[in-house]
Amino acid sequence: MKDWQKTLSQTVNQVPPSGIRRFFDVAAKMEDVITLGIGEPDFVTPWHIRESCVYGLEKGYTSYSSNKGMLPLRQEISNLYKREYKIEYDPETEIIVTVGVSEAVDLAMRAVLDPGDEVLIPEPCYVSYKSCVILAGGTAVPVPTGIDNEFRVTAADLEKYVTPKTKVLLIGYPNNPTGTVLTKTEMEGLAAFAKKHDLIVMSDEIYGDLTYGGLEHICFSTLPDMKDRTIVFNGFSKAYAMTGWRLGYALANPVFIEAMNKIHQYTMLCAPITAQLAGIEALQNGEVNMKKMVQEYDRRRHLIYEGFCRMGLETFEPKGAFYIFPKISSTGLSSEEFVEQLLQREHVAVIPGNAFGASGEGFIRCSYATSIDKIAAALKRIENFLQHI
Amino acid sequence: MKELLELLEHDARRSIKELAAMLNKSEYEIEEAMKRLEQDKIIMNYNTLIDWEKAGEHTVTSVIEVNVAPQREVGFDAIAERIYRFDEVKSVYLMSGSFDLLVIIEGQSLNKVADFVARRLSTIEGVTSTRSHFMLKAYKKDGTIMDDKENDRRLVMTP
Repeated sequence: MKDWQKTLSQTVNQVPPSGIRRFFDVAAKMEDVITLGIGEPDFVTPWHIRESCVYGLEKGYTSYSSNKGMLPLRQEISNLYKREYKIEYDPETEIIVTVGVSEAVDLAMRAVLDPGDEVLIPEPCYVSYKSCVILAGGTAVPVPTGIDNEFRVTAADLEKYVTPKTKVLLIGYPNNPTGTVLTKTEMEGLAAFAKKHDLIVMSDEIYGDLTYGGLEHICFSTLPDMKDRTIVFNGFSKAYAMTGWRLGYALANPVFIEAMNKIHQYTMLCAPITAQLAGIEALQNGEVNMKKMVQEYDRRRHLIYEGFCRMGLETFEPKGAFYIFPKISSTGLSSEEFVEQLLQREHVAVIPGNAFGASGEGFIRCSYATSIDKIAAALKRIENFLQHI
Repeated sequence: MKELLELLEHDARRSIKELAAMLNKSEYEIEEAMKRLEQDKIIMNYNTLIDWEKAGEHTVTSVIEVNVAPQREVGFDAIAERIYRFDEVKSVYLMSGSFDLLVIIEGQSLNKVADFVARRLSTIEGVTSTRSHFMLKAYKKDGTIMDDKENDRRLVMTP
Protein backbone atom coordinates (compact mmCIF):
# COMPACT_ATOMS: atom_id res chain seq x y z
CA MET A 1 0.00 0.00 0.00
CA LYS A 2 1.17 3.47 -0.82
CA ASP A 3 2.53 5.51 2.07
CA TRP A 4 0.45 8.63 1.73
CA GLN A 5 2.34 10.27 4.56
CA LYS A 6 5.30 10.56 2.21
CA THR A 7 3.20 12.38 -0.35
CA LEU A 8 2.50 15.23 2.05
CA SER A 9 4.40 18.47 1.67
CA GLN A 10 7.61 18.68 3.66
CA THR A 11 6.39 21.91 5.18
CA VAL A 12 3.28 20.27 6.61
CA ASN A 13 5.32 17.37 7.92
CA GLN A 14 7.48 19.88 9.80
CA VAL A 15 4.52 21.08 11.84
CA PRO A 16 4.49 19.20 15.13
CA PRO A 17 1.31 17.37 16.19
CA SER A 18 -0.92 18.87 18.89
CA GLY A 19 0.47 18.54 22.40
CA ILE A 20 -2.92 17.96 23.98
CA ARG A 21 -4.62 15.58 21.61
CA ARG A 22 -4.08 12.40 23.64
CA PHE A 23 -5.26 14.00 26.89
CA PHE A 24 -8.27 15.38 25.10
CA ASP A 25 -9.25 11.92 23.93
CA VAL A 26 -9.15 10.60 27.51
CA ALA A 27 -10.88 13.62 29.07
CA ALA A 28 -13.64 13.75 26.47
CA LYS A 29 -14.78 10.27 27.53
CA MET A 30 -14.87 10.98 31.27
CA GLU A 31 -18.26 11.85 32.68
CA ASP A 32 -17.43 13.73 35.84
CA VAL A 33 -14.39 15.54 34.55
CA ILE A 34 -13.87 19.09 35.76
CA THR A 35 -11.94 20.98 33.16
CA LEU A 36 -9.58 23.87 33.66
CA GLY A 37 -8.28 23.10 30.21
CA ILE A 38 -10.45 25.30 28.03
CA GLY A 39 -9.02 28.31 26.27
CA GLU A 40 -12.30 30.10 25.72
CA PRO A 41 -14.87 31.98 27.84
CA ASP A 42 -17.52 29.95 29.63
CA PHE A 43 -19.98 32.77 28.97
CA VAL A 44 -22.29 32.44 26.01
CA THR A 45 -22.19 35.44 23.67
CA PRO A 46 -24.39 38.16 25.25
CA TRP A 47 -27.95 37.96 23.95
CA HIS A 48 -28.08 41.40 22.34
CA ILE A 49 -25.18 40.37 20.09
CA ARG A 50 -26.78 37.07 19.14
CA GLU A 51 -30.08 38.81 18.55
CA SER A 52 -28.54 41.31 16.16
CA CYS A 53 -27.19 38.44 14.07
CA VAL A 54 -30.62 36.76 13.95
CA TYR A 55 -32.17 40.08 12.94
CA GLY A 56 -29.58 40.43 10.17
CA LEU A 57 -30.43 37.00 8.84
CA GLU A 58 -34.12 37.87 8.85
CA LYS A 59 -33.31 40.99 6.85
CA GLY A 60 -31.46 38.91 4.30
CA TYR A 61 -27.83 39.62 5.16
CA THR A 62 -26.50 36.47 3.58
CA SER A 63 -24.08 37.75 0.96
CA TYR A 64 -20.32 38.31 0.71
CA SER A 65 -18.99 41.49 2.21
CA SER A 66 -16.08 43.52 0.89
CA ASN A 67 -12.82 41.58 1.31
CA LYS A 68 -11.54 43.73 4.14
CA GLY A 69 -14.86 43.48 5.95
CA MET A 70 -17.98 45.65 6.11
CA LEU A 71 -16.98 49.29 6.28
CA PRO A 72 -19.26 50.04 9.28
CA LEU A 73 -17.43 47.33 11.23
CA ARG A 74 -14.01 48.69 10.27
CA GLN A 75 -15.27 52.13 11.24
CA GLU A 76 -16.30 50.81 14.68
CA ILE A 77 -12.91 49.18 15.11
CA SER A 78 -11.24 52.44 14.17
CA ASN A 79 -13.44 54.31 16.67
CA LEU A 80 -12.57 51.78 19.38
CA TYR A 81 -8.83 52.33 18.95
CA LYS A 82 -9.25 56.08 18.87
CA ARG A 83 -11.36 55.94 22.04
CA GLU A 84 -9.37 53.39 24.03
CA TYR A 85 -5.80 53.90 22.87
CA LYS A 86 -5.82 57.35 21.24
CA ILE A 87 -4.44 55.98 18.00
CA GLU A 88 -5.76 56.53 14.48
CA TYR A 89 -6.31 53.69 12.03
CA ASP A 90 -7.90 54.53 8.70
CA PRO A 91 -10.86 52.17 8.23
CA GLU A 92 -10.36 52.23 4.45
CA THR A 93 -6.70 51.26 4.31
CA GLU A 94 -5.33 50.21 7.70
CA ILE A 95 -7.82 47.61 8.95
CA ILE A 96 -8.70 44.14 7.72
CA VAL A 97 -11.39 41.94 9.24
CA THR A 98 -10.40 38.27 9.36
CA VAL A 99 -11.75 34.88 10.33
CA GLY A 100 -10.45 35.08 13.88
CA VAL A 101 -7.01 36.22 14.96
CA SER A 102 -5.68 32.86 13.76
CA GLU A 103 -6.27 33.83 10.15
CA ALA A 104 -4.80 37.28 10.74
CA VAL A 105 -1.56 35.74 12.09
CA ASP A 106 -1.39 33.42 9.09
CA LEU A 107 -1.99 36.28 6.61
CA ALA A 108 0.62 38.49 8.25
CA MET A 109 3.24 35.75 8.19
CA ARG A 110 2.57 34.85 4.59
CA ALA A 111 2.58 38.52 3.61
CA VAL A 112 6.07 39.23 4.93
CA LEU A 113 8.08 36.00 5.13
CA ASP A 114 10.42 34.55 2.54
CA PRO A 115 12.16 31.18 3.01
CA GLY A 116 14.92 31.58 5.56
CA ASP A 117 13.40 34.60 7.29
CA GLU A 118 13.40 34.18 11.02
CA VAL A 119 10.66 35.05 13.49
CA LEU A 120 11.46 35.55 17.15
CA ILE A 121 8.76 34.02 19.33
CA PRO A 122 9.01 34.35 23.10
CA GLU A 123 7.81 31.13 24.71
CA PRO A 124 5.66 29.80 26.30
CA CYS A 125 3.14 31.10 23.79
CA TYR A 126 -0.05 30.26 21.97
CA VAL A 127 0.27 27.01 20.04
CA SER A 128 -0.35 28.33 16.54
CA TYR A 129 2.43 30.91 16.30
CA LYS A 130 5.22 28.51 15.48
CA SER A 131 3.10 26.53 13.03
CA CYS A 132 1.96 29.67 11.20
CA VAL A 133 5.60 30.65 10.70
CA ILE A 134 6.54 27.20 9.41
CA LEU A 135 3.54 27.04 7.08
CA ALA A 136 4.47 30.46 5.70
CA GLY A 137 7.92 29.11 4.86
CA GLY A 138 9.75 30.97 7.60
CA THR A 139 11.86 29.78 10.49
CA ALA A 140 10.45 30.02 14.00
CA VAL A 141 13.05 30.95 16.61
CA PRO A 142 11.71 30.28 20.11
CA VAL A 143 13.03 32.59 22.84
CA PRO A 144 12.64 30.91 26.22
CA THR A 145 11.40 32.85 29.24
CA GLY A 146 11.15 31.72 32.85
CA ILE A 147 9.22 32.09 36.07
CA ASP A 148 12.03 34.11 37.70
CA ASN A 149 10.95 37.02 35.50
CA GLU A 150 7.29 35.95 35.45
CA PHE A 151 7.73 34.88 31.83
CA ARG A 152 8.34 38.42 30.60
CA VAL A 153 10.60 38.61 27.63
CA THR A 154 13.26 41.31 27.65
CA ALA A 155 15.39 42.87 24.95
CA ALA A 156 18.39 41.13 26.54
CA ASP A 157 16.70 37.73 26.04
CA LEU A 158 15.95 38.58 22.43
CA GLU A 159 19.48 39.82 21.70
CA LYS A 160 20.72 36.26 22.23
CA TYR A 161 18.60 34.95 19.37
CA VAL A 162 18.55 37.77 16.85
CA THR A 163 20.48 37.20 13.58
CA PRO A 164 20.77 39.11 10.31
CA LYS A 165 17.93 36.91 9.04
CA THR A 166 15.52 37.95 11.78
CA LYS A 167 12.58 39.78 10.26
CA VAL A 168 9.73 39.61 12.73
CA LEU A 169 9.17 39.73 16.49
CA LEU A 170 5.87 38.06 17.41
CA ILE A 171 4.56 38.77 20.90
CA GLY A 172 1.31 38.00 22.68
CA TYR A 173 0.51 39.88 25.89
CA PRO A 174 -1.58 39.42 27.98
CA ASN A 175 -0.17 35.99 27.45
CA ASN A 176 -1.73 32.62 26.84
CA PRO A 177 -0.69 30.40 28.71
CA THR A 178 1.01 32.36 31.49
CA GLY A 179 -1.31 35.34 32.12
CA THR A 180 1.74 37.60 31.99
CA VAL A 181 1.30 41.28 31.17
CA LEU A 182 4.15 43.62 30.25
CA THR A 183 4.61 47.05 31.77
CA LYS A 184 5.04 50.09 29.57
CA THR A 185 8.77 50.25 30.33
CA GLU A 186 9.19 46.60 29.38
CA MET A 187 7.32 47.19 26.13
CA GLU A 188 9.49 50.20 25.40
CA GLY A 189 12.49 47.93 25.78
CA LEU A 190 11.07 45.63 23.11
CA ALA A 191 10.25 48.61 20.90
CA ALA A 192 13.84 49.86 21.09
CA PHE A 193 15.04 46.36 20.24
CA ALA A 194 12.72 46.18 17.21
CA LYS A 195 13.92 49.57 16.01
CA LYS A 196 17.57 48.71 16.50
CA HIS A 197 17.29 45.55 14.40
CA ASP A 198 14.68 47.00 12.02
CA LEU A 199 12.11 44.29 12.76
CA ILE A 200 8.41 44.06 12.06
CA VAL A 201 6.52 43.59 15.33
CA MET A 202 3.41 41.46 15.36
CA SER A 203 1.45 41.96 18.54
CA ASP A 204 -1.39 39.58 19.35
CA GLU A 205 -3.61 41.55 21.71
CA ILE A 206 -6.66 39.29 21.75
CA TYR A 207 -6.61 39.28 25.58
CA GLY A 208 -6.03 43.05 25.85
CA ASP A 209 -9.40 43.76 27.43
CA LEU A 210 -8.77 41.08 30.04
CA THR A 211 -6.20 42.99 32.06
CA TYR A 212 -6.66 43.14 35.83
CA GLY A 213 -5.63 44.69 39.08
CA GLY A 214 -5.94 48.30 37.97
CA LEU A 215 -3.49 47.78 35.09
CA GLU A 216 -4.38 49.11 31.69
CA HIS A 217 -3.62 47.35 28.48
CA ILE A 218 -1.11 49.15 26.31
CA CYS A 219 -1.48 48.70 22.58
CA PHE A 220 2.01 48.08 21.22
CA SER A 221 1.58 50.33 18.19
CA THR A 222 0.96 53.34 20.46
CA LEU A 223 4.61 53.29 21.58
CA PRO A 224 6.73 55.98 19.88
CA ASP A 225 7.75 55.06 16.29
CA MET A 226 6.01 51.69 16.51
CA LYS A 227 2.80 52.25 14.57
CA ASP A 228 4.39 51.89 11.18
CA ARG A 229 6.30 48.67 11.91
CA THR A 230 3.63 46.95 14.03
CA ILE A 231 0.82 44.66 13.00
CA VAL A 232 -1.74 44.51 15.83
CA PHE A 233 -4.06 41.49 16.03
CA ASN A 234 -7.28 41.58 17.94
CA GLY A 235 -10.72 40.03 17.79
CA PHE A 236 -14.00 39.37 19.49
CA SER A 237 -13.50 35.85 20.84
CA LYS A 238 -12.26 36.51 24.35
CA ALA A 239 -13.63 39.88 25.44
CA TYR A 240 -17.07 39.38 23.93
CA ALA A 241 -17.26 35.60 24.37
CA MET A 242 -17.54 35.05 20.61
CA THR A 243 -15.05 32.27 19.88
CA GLY A 244 -17.27 30.25 17.54
CA TRP A 245 -18.15 33.26 15.42
CA ARG A 246 -14.58 33.36 14.13
CA LEU A 247 -14.10 37.10 13.94
CA GLY A 248 -10.83 38.97 14.29
CA TYR A 249 -8.94 41.80 12.68
CA ALA A 250 -5.52 43.22 12.01
CA LEU A 251 -4.35 46.82 12.15
CA ALA A 252 -1.26 47.89 10.25
CA ASN A 253 0.14 50.25 7.66
CA PRO A 254 -1.63 50.25 4.25
CA VAL A 255 1.13 48.25 2.56
CA PHE A 256 0.85 45.36 5.02
CA ILE A 257 -2.96 45.45 5.02
CA GLU A 258 -3.06 45.42 1.21
CA ALA A 259 -0.66 42.46 1.07
CA MET A 260 -2.67 40.56 3.68
CA ASN A 261 -5.85 41.38 1.80
CA LYS A 262 -4.35 39.90 -1.37
CA ILE A 263 -3.99 36.53 0.33
CA HIS A 264 -7.28 36.86 2.20
CA GLN A 265 -9.30 37.60 -0.96
CA TYR A 266 -8.08 34.47 -2.73
CA THR A 267 -8.23 32.10 0.22
CA MET A 268 -11.00 33.29 2.53
CA LEU A 269 -12.75 36.01 0.51
CA CYS A 270 -14.27 37.60 3.59
CA ALA A 271 -15.27 36.87 7.16
CA PRO A 272 -18.85 35.57 7.52
CA ILE A 273 -21.25 38.48 7.21
CA THR A 274 -23.37 37.18 10.09
CA ALA A 275 -20.39 37.38 12.43
CA GLN A 276 -19.55 40.85 11.13
CA LEU A 277 -23.05 42.09 11.96
CA ALA A 278 -22.67 40.67 15.45
CA GLY A 279 -19.27 42.36 15.71
CA ILE A 280 -20.78 45.76 14.94
CA GLU A 281 -23.35 45.26 17.70
CA ALA A 282 -20.64 44.10 20.11
CA LEU A 283 -18.56 47.23 19.54
CA GLN A 284 -21.54 49.58 19.63
CA ASN A 285 -23.33 48.24 22.68
CA GLY A 286 -21.25 45.46 24.22
CA GLU A 287 -19.01 47.32 26.62
CA VAL A 288 -21.21 47.02 29.71
CA ASN A 289 -21.52 43.26 29.40
CA MET A 290 -17.86 42.92 28.58
CA LYS A 291 -16.83 44.84 31.69
CA LYS A 292 -19.08 42.58 33.78
CA MET A 293 -17.42 39.48 32.40
CA VAL A 294 -13.99 40.96 33.05
CA GLN A 295 -14.98 41.67 36.65
CA GLU A 296 -16.15 38.09 37.05
CA TYR A 297 -12.86 36.74 35.63
CA ASP A 298 -11.02 38.96 38.06
CA ARG A 299 -12.82 37.38 41.05
CA ARG A 300 -12.06 33.91 39.77
CA ARG A 301 -8.46 34.96 39.25
CA HIS A 302 -8.15 35.88 42.92
CA LEU A 303 -9.79 32.63 43.98
CA ILE A 304 -7.62 30.37 41.86
CA TYR A 305 -4.40 32.24 42.65
CA GLU A 306 -5.11 32.01 46.35
CA GLY A 307 -5.92 28.31 45.92
CA PHE A 308 -2.63 27.45 44.25
CA CYS A 309 -0.64 29.53 46.73
CA ARG A 310 -2.31 27.66 49.59
CA MET A 311 -1.33 24.34 48.07
CA GLY A 312 2.26 25.44 48.12
CA LEU A 313 2.81 25.34 44.36
CA GLU A 314 5.12 28.06 43.15
CA THR A 315 3.05 30.41 41.08
CA PHE A 316 2.92 34.09 40.26
CA GLU A 317 -0.16 36.27 40.15
CA PRO A 318 -1.41 36.42 36.55
CA LYS A 319 -2.37 39.93 35.48
CA GLY A 320 -4.17 39.19 32.26
CA ALA A 321 -6.06 36.70 30.05
CA PHE A 322 -7.80 33.92 32.02
CA TYR A 323 -4.97 31.55 32.76
CA ILE A 324 -2.73 30.74 35.67
CA PHE A 325 0.55 28.89 35.19
CA PRO A 326 1.67 27.11 38.37
CA LYS A 327 5.00 25.31 38.58
CA ILE A 328 4.61 21.61 39.25
CA SER A 329 8.18 20.35 38.87
CA SER A 330 8.51 20.12 42.69
CA THR A 331 6.26 17.04 42.46
CA GLY A 332 8.98 15.24 40.54
CA LEU A 333 6.64 14.77 37.60
CA SER A 334 6.97 16.19 34.12
CA SER A 335 4.16 18.41 32.83
CA GLU A 336 2.67 15.59 30.80
CA GLU A 337 2.95 13.04 33.60
CA PHE A 338 1.28 15.46 35.97
CA VAL A 339 -1.56 16.16 33.55
CA GLU A 340 -2.07 12.48 32.79
CA GLN A 341 -2.08 11.38 36.42
CA LEU A 342 -4.27 14.27 37.56
CA LEU A 343 -6.75 13.38 34.86
CA GLN A 344 -6.74 9.66 35.70
CA ARG A 345 -6.89 10.00 39.48
CA GLU A 346 -8.91 13.13 40.11
CA HIS A 347 -10.62 13.67 36.76
CA VAL A 348 -9.38 17.23 36.44
CA ALA A 349 -8.26 18.38 33.00
CA VAL A 350 -5.45 20.92 32.69
CA ILE A 351 -2.97 21.58 29.88
CA PRO A 352 0.71 20.60 30.12
CA GLY A 353 2.94 23.68 29.98
CA ASN A 354 5.24 22.17 27.38
CA ALA A 355 2.38 22.27 24.84
CA PHE A 356 3.22 25.99 24.65
CA GLY A 357 6.94 25.58 24.10
CA ALA A 358 9.91 23.93 25.76
CA SER A 359 10.19 26.59 28.46
CA GLY A 360 6.69 25.65 29.62
CA GLU A 361 8.02 22.28 30.82
CA GLY A 362 7.50 21.89 34.56
CA PHE A 363 4.31 23.97 34.52
CA ILE A 364 0.61 23.44 33.88
CA ARG A 365 -1.86 25.87 32.39
CA CYS A 366 -5.16 26.20 34.24
CA SER A 367 -7.95 28.26 32.75
CA TYR A 368 -10.27 30.06 35.11
CA ALA A 369 -12.86 30.64 32.41
CA THR A 370 -15.19 28.37 34.31
CA SER A 371 -17.67 28.82 37.15
CA ILE A 372 -16.56 29.59 40.70
CA ASP A 373 -18.06 26.32 41.92
CA LYS A 374 -16.11 24.31 39.39
CA ILE A 375 -12.90 26.17 40.16
CA ALA A 376 -13.37 25.50 43.88
CA ALA A 377 -14.10 21.82 43.25
CA ALA A 378 -11.12 21.46 40.90
CA LEU A 379 -8.81 23.10 43.43
CA LYS A 380 -9.94 20.62 46.07
CA ARG A 381 -9.24 17.71 43.75
CA ILE A 382 -5.81 19.06 42.80
CA GLU A 383 -4.97 19.53 46.47
CA ASN A 384 -5.99 15.95 47.13
CA PHE A 385 -3.88 14.81 44.21
CA LEU A 386 -0.82 16.61 45.54
CA GLN A 387 -1.23 15.05 48.98
CA HIS A 388 -1.23 11.53 47.56
CA ILE A 389 1.45 11.91 44.98
CA MET B 1 -19.11 46.85 49.12
CA LYS B 2 -21.13 46.93 45.91
CA GLU B 3 -19.23 43.93 44.59
CA LEU B 4 -19.89 41.95 47.77
CA LEU B 5 -23.60 42.73 47.49
CA GLU B 6 -23.66 41.70 43.85
CA LEU B 7 -22.04 38.39 44.66
CA LEU B 8 -24.44 37.70 47.53
CA GLU B 9 -27.43 38.72 45.47
CA HIS B 10 -26.42 36.13 42.92
CA ASP B 11 -25.57 33.39 45.42
CA ALA B 12 -26.02 33.90 49.16
CA ARG B 13 -24.45 30.57 50.01
CA ARG B 14 -20.89 31.45 49.07
CA SER B 15 -18.61 30.83 52.02
CA ILE B 16 -16.84 33.72 53.73
CA LYS B 17 -13.58 32.13 52.68
CA GLU B 18 -14.56 32.07 49.01
CA LEU B 19 -15.93 35.60 49.08
CA ALA B 20 -12.75 36.84 50.70
CA ALA B 21 -10.59 35.18 48.05
CA MET B 22 -12.73 36.42 45.19
CA LEU B 23 -12.70 40.02 46.41
CA ASN B 24 -9.09 39.94 47.53
CA LYS B 25 -10.04 40.82 51.14
CA SER B 26 -9.50 39.11 54.47
CA GLU B 27 -12.19 36.82 55.86
CA TYR B 28 -12.52 39.17 58.84
CA GLU B 29 -13.25 42.11 56.55
CA ILE B 30 -15.96 40.18 54.72
CA GLU B 31 -17.54 38.99 57.96
CA GLU B 32 -17.62 42.50 59.39
CA ALA B 33 -19.00 43.97 56.18
CA MET B 34 -21.77 41.39 56.06
CA LYS B 35 -22.68 41.95 59.70
CA ARG B 36 -22.92 45.68 59.09
CA LEU B 37 -24.99 45.24 55.94
CA GLU B 38 -27.39 43.00 57.83
CA GLN B 39 -27.66 45.42 60.75
CA ASP B 40 -28.30 48.34 58.41
CA LYS B 41 -30.95 46.24 56.67
CA ILE B 42 -29.19 46.72 53.37
CA ILE B 43 -29.14 42.95 53.24
CA MET B 44 -32.80 42.29 54.05
CA ASN B 45 -32.97 38.55 53.75
CA TYR B 46 -31.28 35.48 52.26
CA ASN B 47 -33.95 33.84 50.12
CA THR B 48 -33.94 30.81 47.90
CA LEU B 49 -35.48 30.83 44.46
CA ILE B 50 -37.55 27.66 44.16
CA ASP B 51 -39.35 26.19 41.19
CA TRP B 52 -42.43 25.07 43.13
CA GLU B 53 -44.00 23.60 40.01
CA LYS B 54 -41.11 21.19 39.69
CA ALA B 55 -41.32 20.40 43.40
CA GLY B 56 -44.90 19.28 42.78
CA GLU B 57 -46.47 22.11 44.77
CA HIS B 58 -48.95 23.91 42.61
CA THR B 59 -49.78 27.43 43.62
CA VAL B 60 -51.69 30.20 41.93
CA THR B 61 -50.19 33.63 41.51
CA SER B 62 -52.27 36.66 40.76
CA VAL B 63 -51.14 40.11 39.74
CA ILE B 64 -53.67 42.70 40.79
CA GLU B 65 -53.93 46.28 39.67
CA VAL B 66 -55.46 48.26 42.52
CA ASN B 67 -56.85 51.78 42.36
CA VAL B 68 -57.07 53.61 45.64
CA ALA B 69 -58.17 57.01 46.85
CA PRO B 70 -55.09 58.53 48.49
CA GLN B 71 -55.56 59.89 51.96
CA ARG B 72 -54.53 63.20 53.41
CA GLU B 73 -51.14 63.19 55.23
CA VAL B 74 -50.25 59.57 54.46
CA GLY B 75 -51.01 59.41 50.73
CA PHE B 76 -50.91 55.79 49.63
CA ASP B 77 -48.79 54.48 52.46
CA ALA B 78 -51.50 53.64 54.97
CA ILE B 79 -53.55 51.67 52.47
CA ALA B 80 -50.45 49.95 51.15
CA GLU B 81 -49.62 48.85 54.65
CA ARG B 82 -53.10 47.47 55.23
CA ILE B 83 -52.60 45.40 52.12
CA TYR B 84 -49.03 44.21 52.56
CA ARG B 85 -49.60 42.98 56.12
CA PHE B 86 -51.59 40.02 54.77
CA ASP B 87 -49.50 36.85 54.47
CA GLU B 88 -51.01 36.03 51.10
CA VAL B 89 -49.53 39.21 49.66
CA LYS B 90 -46.04 38.59 48.24
CA SER B 91 -45.25 42.05 46.88
CA VAL B 92 -46.75 45.50 46.73
CA TYR B 93 -45.50 48.35 44.55
CA LEU B 94 -46.71 51.92 44.10
CA MET B 95 -46.97 52.55 40.38
CA SER B 96 -47.24 55.41 37.95
CA GLY B 97 -49.78 55.09 35.17
CA SER B 98 -53.34 53.84 34.99
CA PHE B 99 -53.45 52.26 38.45
CA ASP B 100 -51.88 52.91 41.83
CA LEU B 101 -50.76 49.73 43.55
CA LEU B 102 -49.47 46.54 41.99
CA VAL B 103 -50.21 43.67 44.35
CA ILE B 104 -48.91 40.15 43.84
CA ILE B 105 -50.74 37.41 45.65
CA GLU B 106 -49.93 33.75 45.97
CA GLY B 107 -52.49 31.18 47.05
CA GLN B 108 -53.05 27.45 46.99
CA SER B 109 -55.94 27.59 44.56
CA LEU B 110 -57.83 29.88 42.24
CA ASN B 111 -60.72 29.92 44.69
CA LYS B 112 -58.59 30.97 47.60
CA VAL B 113 -57.01 33.82 45.67
CA ALA B 114 -60.39 34.97 44.30
CA ASP B 115 -61.81 34.80 47.78
CA PHE B 116 -58.97 36.92 49.17
CA VAL B 117 -59.50 39.58 46.52
CA ALA B 118 -63.25 39.67 46.97
CA ARG B 119 -63.42 39.55 50.76
CA ARG B 120 -60.20 41.16 51.93
CA LEU B 121 -58.69 43.39 49.27
CA SER B 122 -61.70 45.00 47.59
CA THR B 123 -63.34 45.78 50.88
CA ILE B 124 -60.49 47.84 52.29
CA GLU B 125 -61.62 51.40 52.72
CA GLY B 126 -60.08 53.58 50.05
CA VAL B 127 -59.71 50.78 47.50
CA THR B 128 -61.84 51.95 44.62
CA SER B 129 -61.30 49.17 42.11
CA THR B 130 -59.25 46.03 41.42
CA ARG B 131 -58.38 44.15 38.28
CA SER B 132 -56.89 40.66 38.66
CA HIS B 133 -54.66 38.78 36.25
CA PHE B 134 -53.64 35.18 36.84
CA MET B 135 -50.12 34.14 36.02
CA LEU B 136 -49.93 31.19 33.64
CA LYS B 137 -46.25 30.40 33.43
CA ALA B 138 -43.00 31.77 34.82
CA TYR B 139 -40.22 32.01 32.24
CA LYS B 140 -37.80 34.11 34.20
CA LYS B 141 -37.85 35.10 37.85
CA ASP B 142 -35.59 37.61 39.56
CA GLY B 143 -32.97 37.31 36.84
CA THR B 144 -33.04 33.52 36.67
CA ILE B 145 -34.33 31.74 33.59
CA MET B 146 -36.58 28.95 34.90
CA ASP B 147 -35.82 26.28 32.35
CA ASP B 148 -32.54 27.33 30.81
CA LYS B 149 -31.53 25.04 28.00
CA GLU B 150 -28.24 26.76 27.30
CA ASN B 151 -25.47 24.62 28.70
CA ASP B 152 -21.74 24.42 28.27
CA ARG B 153 -21.07 23.17 24.78
CA ARG B 154 -17.33 23.78 24.78
CA LEU B 155 -14.81 21.07 24.02
CA VAL B 156 -13.18 19.72 27.15
CA MET B 157 -9.66 20.91 26.27
CA THR B 158 -8.64 23.65 23.87
CA PRO B 159 -5.40 25.59 23.56
